[in-house]
Amino acid sequence: MSSGERKRYANAIRRTIIEQSHRANVGHIGSALSIADLVAAVMEGPAQLDRGAERDRIVLSKGHAALALYAALHLQNRLEDGAIDTYCDDGTLLGVHPEHDLDGVDFCTGSLGQGLSLGTGAALAAKRQRSKRRVYVIMSDAELNEGSTWEAVMFAAQHRLDNLTLLIDLNGQQALGYTREVIDLGAVEDKLSAFGWATQVAPGHDQDALAAALETTEMGRPQAIVAKTTFGYGVSFMESQIKWHYLPLDDETCAAALAELDTRVTA
Amino acid sequence: MRNAFIEELVALAEADERVMLLTGDLGFMVLEEFQQRFPERFINCGVGEQNMVGVATGLAEAGFVPFVYSIATFATLRPYEFIRNGPALHGLPVRVVGVGGGFDYGHNGVTHFALEDYAVMRTQPAITTVVPADEAQARTALRKTADLPGPIYFRVSKRGNELPGLDGRFDLGRLTMVREGEDAAILAIGSIAHEAVAAARKLEERGISAAVGVVPSFNPSPTEDIAAALSDVPLALTVEAHYRDGGLGSLVAETIAEGGLACRLLRAGVSQMPGGETGSQGYLETRHELDAPNLAAQIEQALVPAG
Repeated sequence: MSSGERKRYANAIRRTIIEQSHRANVGHIGSALSIADLVAAVMEGPAQLDRGAERDRIVLSKGHAALALYAALHLQNRLEDGAIDTYCDDGTLLGVHPEHDLDGVDFCTGSLGQGLSLGTGAALAAKRQRSKRRVYVIMSDAELNEGSTWEAVMFAAQHRLDNLTLLIDLNGQQALGYTREVIDLGAVEDKLSAFGWATQVAPGHDQDALAAALETTEMGRPQAIVAKTTFGYGVSFMESQIKWHYLPLDDETCAAALAELDTRVTA
Repeated sequence: MRNAFIEELVALAEADERVMLLTGDLGFMVLEEFQQRFPERFINCGVGEQNMVGVATGLAEAGFVPFVYSIATFATLRPYEFIRNGPALHGLPVRVVGVGGGFDYGHNGVTHFALEDYAVMRTQPAITTVVPADEAQARTALRKTADLPGPIYFRVSKRGNELPGLDGRFDLGRLTMVREGEDAAILAIGSIAHEAVAAARKLEERGISAAVGVVPSFNPSPTEDIAAALSDVPLALTVEAHYRDGGLGSLVAETIAEGGLACRLLRAGVSQMPGGETGSQGYLETRHELDAPNLAAQIEQALVPAG
């Protein structure tokens, strides 16, 4: 897929996020919009998802943004017909947080700070099995508050897991405030570099830059891409607004959001 | 018991290349043989139990059977949510090996006393808990559970001397009787079962016939066997090196209540957080009335009320 196609794919993910959040009347919209480009860059980029047990693994450590993953799977025709329209229905497999019983989801997540350890184990397994498969972990910046994340950061460097890619959704926001006001993360890239990771900073909504970053792996070191993103990206009234961690859309805001996304695609 | 367990694990790893051993930087003079025999399958994860369980989950998803090893408190309580959301939720064969139960770590103090480990594990229906009573039972248990598809918590005591009458028997989810008796039944779990057997011998000297049964697992728990064992006795005593609530005593109380059994239950166990003093394992077990004389006295007093 070309970078232009990936941009359109990312926008289609955003559109699905808006439509399904509105239909299901649930929140976490801004978090899902924030990673739409990261999901697109991985899933329509280097990730090989059709190799059975030898497929690359994707861990959505920020499980509360699962709708972005569902949307991506839906647009790739990896979900059963109509499954996306069961998002947050009673009895569905498509809840707010992802379950591994759903094809396309490798690991259940939802408790922050666990995904990198899971991905690290998956990467270690690939090494031990002499497999070329890679592991992609998409993590929120607030998960850097969790001590367990740093346990995994050190472990992955120690074991030279160069088949592991961590994408940090650095949108500067967490549930109750801006990260600089809650736990100031400082220069995340410097911290990860100091821990032995091959670290890059990339604009998180630029498909060309993300593709280039994903290609720049380094032998013997795990890869971190600190993606500078905007919470709620693509819908101007949601961007960097804490309340859109929680609020659902009404008919009017939904229509406005979709109209703006459609404008961006044609622009 | 831990050395026997790891010896058996080496044999298991010899036969099954999926077996890995991860440690949270513990196991000096215990894990070396595994490490030397299978260096590719041994990982010291450092002092990071949460990550260790998360890594084990990732390994298990790819087909490995990882054993994660630490002192029982650190193996269960620190990474508890990782165990719940990892191997339990994904149904993966991660084996959590917790060394030391109850007061096994004696002088080390409360931070090292596993007194709620199998209570918290037992509340997870997806996790099988195995608590061997001696070395031979630990070996059998490891062999017989090798192919269980879901997660297992093994509470491995530091004590492993042979429990009279057990003869290395282990059947998952079954009660194993090591002594027959009609006046009372003592149900014990783990290496503290030695005190239960010793108590039964003391009672015999005083004309009281007490059966002793060993409960080796939760989920599956031997509820039917327990109900059968208690159907003909007026009194039961549970014995465990663990808090009184949530473990064997609770299981037996639930079994009696749900089965409508006419059997009085006494529960021996630790009833308060044992802070404020420390001491040897024997001292602490006596302080908490888990030694044979105290156990025998509890039964005697219940059967023959004073006055």
